[in-house]
Amino acid sequence: MEFFSNNRALIGNRVKGTRSDCHVTMELTEEGGIQLELISKVESMFGDDIRRLINDILSFYGISNARLLFEDTGALSLVIAARMEAAIRQLTGNDREYLLPMLTENNYETTRDRNRISRLYLPGNTPNLMINAGIHKPDGIILDLEDAVAPDKKYEARFLVRNALRNIDFYGAERMVRINQVPAGLSDLEFVVPHNVNLVLIPKCESAEQIRLVNEKIRELMIKHELKGNIWLMPIIESALGVLKALEIAQSENVVAIAIGLEDYTADLGTRRTQEANESFFARSMIVNACKAAGIQPIDSVFSDVNDMEALKETVLRSKSLGFEGMGCIHPRQIRVIHENYAPDNDELEKAKKIVNAFIEAKAKGLGVVSLGTKMIDAPVVKRAQKIIDQTIVMGKLSLNWQDEFFNS
Amino acid sequence: MSKYDKLTKNAVGRIVPQVVNGNDAVPFLGVGKFKPNGRKYGPPIVSASDYPEDGNKVLPSLKEALIRSGISDGMTISTHHHFRNGDIISNQIFDIANELGIKNLTWVPSASFECHSHLIKYLENGVIHHIEGSMNGALGRFTSEGNMAGLGILRSHGGRYQAIQDGEIHVDIAVIAAPTADCFGNATGDRGAAACGLLGFALADSQYADKVIVVTDNLVPFPCVPWQIQGNYVDHVVVVDQVGIPEKIISGTTEITKSPDRLLLAEMTARFCMETGIVHDGFSFQAGAGGTALSIGIYFAELLRKQGMKARFARGGSNKYLVQMLEEGLVDYILDGQTFDLEGVRSMRENAGHVNTSPFTSYNYHGKGNFAQFVDVVILGATEVDVNFNANVVTHSDGYLLHGIGGWMNCLFSKCVILPIPLFRDRMPVICDEVTTICGPGELIDVIVTERGIAINPLRPDLLEKMKGSSLPIKSIHELKAEAEKICGKPQKAHLTDEVVAVIKWVDGTVIDSVFRIDK
Repeated sequence: MEFFSNNRALIGNRVKGTRSDCHVTMELTEEGGIQLELISKVESMFGDDIRRLINDILSFYGISNARLLFEDTGALSLVIAARMEAAIRQLTGNDREYLLPMLTENNYETTRDRNRISRLYLPGNTPNLMINAGIHKPDGIILDLEDAVAPDKKYEARFLVRNALRNIDFYGAERMVRINQVPAGLSDLEFVVPHNVNLVLIPKCESAEQIRLVNEKIRELMIKHELKGNIWLMPIIESALGVLKALEIAQSENVVAIAIGLEDYTADLGTRRTQEANESFFARSMIVNACKAAGIQPIDSVFSDVNDMEALKETVLRSKSLGFEGMGCIHPRQIRVIHENYAPDNDELEKAKKIVNAFIEAKAKGLGVVSLGTKMIDAPVVKRAQKIIDQTIVMGKLSLNWQDEFFNS
Repeated sequence: MSKYDKLTKNAVGRIVPQVVNGNDAVPFLGVGKFKPNGRKYGPPIVSASDYPEDGNKVLPSLKEALIRSGISDGMTISTHHHFRNGDIISNQIFDIANELGIKNLTWVPSASFECHSHLIKYLENGVIHHIEGSMNGALGRFTSEGNMAGLGILRSHGGRYQAIQDGEIHVDIAVIAAPTADCFGNATGDRGAAACGLLGFALADSQYADKVIVVTDNLVPFPCVPWQIQGNYVDHVVVVDQVGIPEKIISGTTEITKSPDRLLLAEMTARFCMETGIVHDGFSFQAGAGGTALSIGIYFAELLRKQGMKARFARGGSNKYLVQMLEEGLVDYILDGQTFDLEGVRSMRENAGHVNTSPFTSYNYHGKGNFAQFVDVVILGATEVDVNFNANVVTHSDGYLLHGIGGWMNCLFSKCVILPIPLFRDRMPVICDEVTTICGPGELIDVIVTERGIAINPLRPDLLEKMKGSSLPIKSIHELKAEAEKICGKPQKAHLTDEVVAVIKWVDGTVIDSVFRIDK
């Protein structure tokens, strides 16, 4: 194939070791029709399929003369479509979307208070990490448009993240996207709001005003696309200012959780992040208190050593004791350790069962006051006990019919 | 001589030749259906009077040893893969043959590695006529594209022993590279700079070849103890500066996988074995090389520790993880068929419970039983599995021959065969309508574990029954296939010609399938 001119689009990944991805080099020409060179690892099985899709996308945009080098390492159709669309839109300025039919499995909504114990970060421009993310059963997956995407890949990552939201089955995980910092990140919302994103993470959040801007943009897009339902927000606090504004952020509309980002926070303090985490004790407590005051979930920072499961476990136990209800994961192997150690332990669970039963019995007898033995039980204690039980059931560690067993034992 | 003749359809419906490189071949008749007769092959009778009185068989060079062994056109030369990618000697043999102007040799390695790509030029210039063993990587590609003069023959480790014992392969010269040896030819692999553990793959060749050459870089005074290879079978001993490259001897597939997807497969497999009761006090298992299989060993160890149980024996390639289990008392014996790392080598020297085996004890189907058949569970890989549970380990879905069989085929006779495999690799579904090449008939394959579900062969209602109500995702193989195709799309069939380039021999020497030339 001839050399491409400077006026060409380069989209996708092709560095050594790339898998399940593709790279498009493309330029528009005056004549000569479509000159496509396809180099694919799966040519013998999907060569015709790939050519058909590429030609379909080209004709969708009315392109009849172009030179294309398409290097494929086993990309799924949704990846091919994202790369092609990004290349064509960059070259033509066309803003039509080429969308594959959305998986019907991805139509679910999530509730305000569902478990968010684990949420797995997925770099927004790396398809092979997305495809199997759901099988590890995190509570949520985060398609990350912010720090995990190199600046020169931010443009193309939006197309991939949008197609992932539509066409990858995450098996019931809450489908989250981390947008770029507001206000620049507001335009990311155009790529995710119309595609049933469940929750948006807002990085480096420092004020309720930023949340207001996000809500406003979401509302505008929902009206434009005639959408219903809720898109929840999880601001990430990563600065001293953000920590001091935690309460107003927590009380903002649609905010269901606040996460803390300790790398940036400790940098802002001018200190170093340590294993003991004394330097962030205030910030973490502040966020836990703000969240509890607002009735939302406080979520802890990620743990960055993916090989040290023992240290992760200790961190989780400490985090739980501070009042956090979940943590980010940067590797699927962390999910199980995080679930197991945030989960209520046996003592907590047994106590919760007794309290909930006492409450049920009292209600059945028409009693206004719940008591266990000689102790009176307040309503918030019952509520907390019920939450522990619900959480344990969701995690598959307690049967839905636990009361039958409880009474028979 | 044409490469092959008399194509016919065998018992699994595959087109196979009944004449291979001029020799008759029996099409696969079904598992256990072919009954051999006659007597085993016998090597020539020799006299001690023709060998040095002082027992010193050392010659100055490999070249001289080959010449003294009568190397000539059309001969069959065998080598072994206990040095894996660190093998030097195989390449040297054919360098010498080339220098001597010898043509049409048959090379019978117990396995080939990337380092043997060096031999492609000798396949091209006629020094080597064809390979019987395995054709991996570049050699496989060369074969698949129809470039080999003869027909390639692939056999399992057990099948190689069977073929040599039965006289199906007549080895003229066997060259055994040994980490340590004495001048009489006694040799061992458990010590020396190129220590690799055991030399079991060379056993058949030492017993049945016309001429046997031992090559070492560590000559010790007689006696070399233990003598894994007995000097009484050996004609010549050659001492070289380096017999193998130690850092390449350690197999690349002997580290635990870090891939979360593979770990999930391993965990699901271990849970399956627990819930079905396959893991019990005194059970036995074999897990091959490869990250997933190794990780399953780790999960087994965890389970045994938790339950206060132990395994009676573990078969197969040994490695540091298995050695840990042995030394922790979680398993009584390692019956080692191939030592994958230096911890395995050390353990073999130090632990009485770490025992040398060979393809004869473990795998030979034409013997009075073999160890593989009574292992409780074996964990294997596959490149493809079809809806009838037939599995492929040698070709990829694009038709290219890229892997050898190893002990895979022999292990299918164990009590439960589990294949943990990803549902798709990149975009290539692993479960298909019909495998490209049948290496194992579905009736011997019990369970397919994928990250998205576990399929149990309907021929195992006992396992299906035991998994009723399990929290593991039990699905039919058709459901798994549909799931893969929903994600990847339905693949088109690879374009293959009808020209046979290699055949796959079943454990009894019959031909189970053919490999066809790629249409470039």
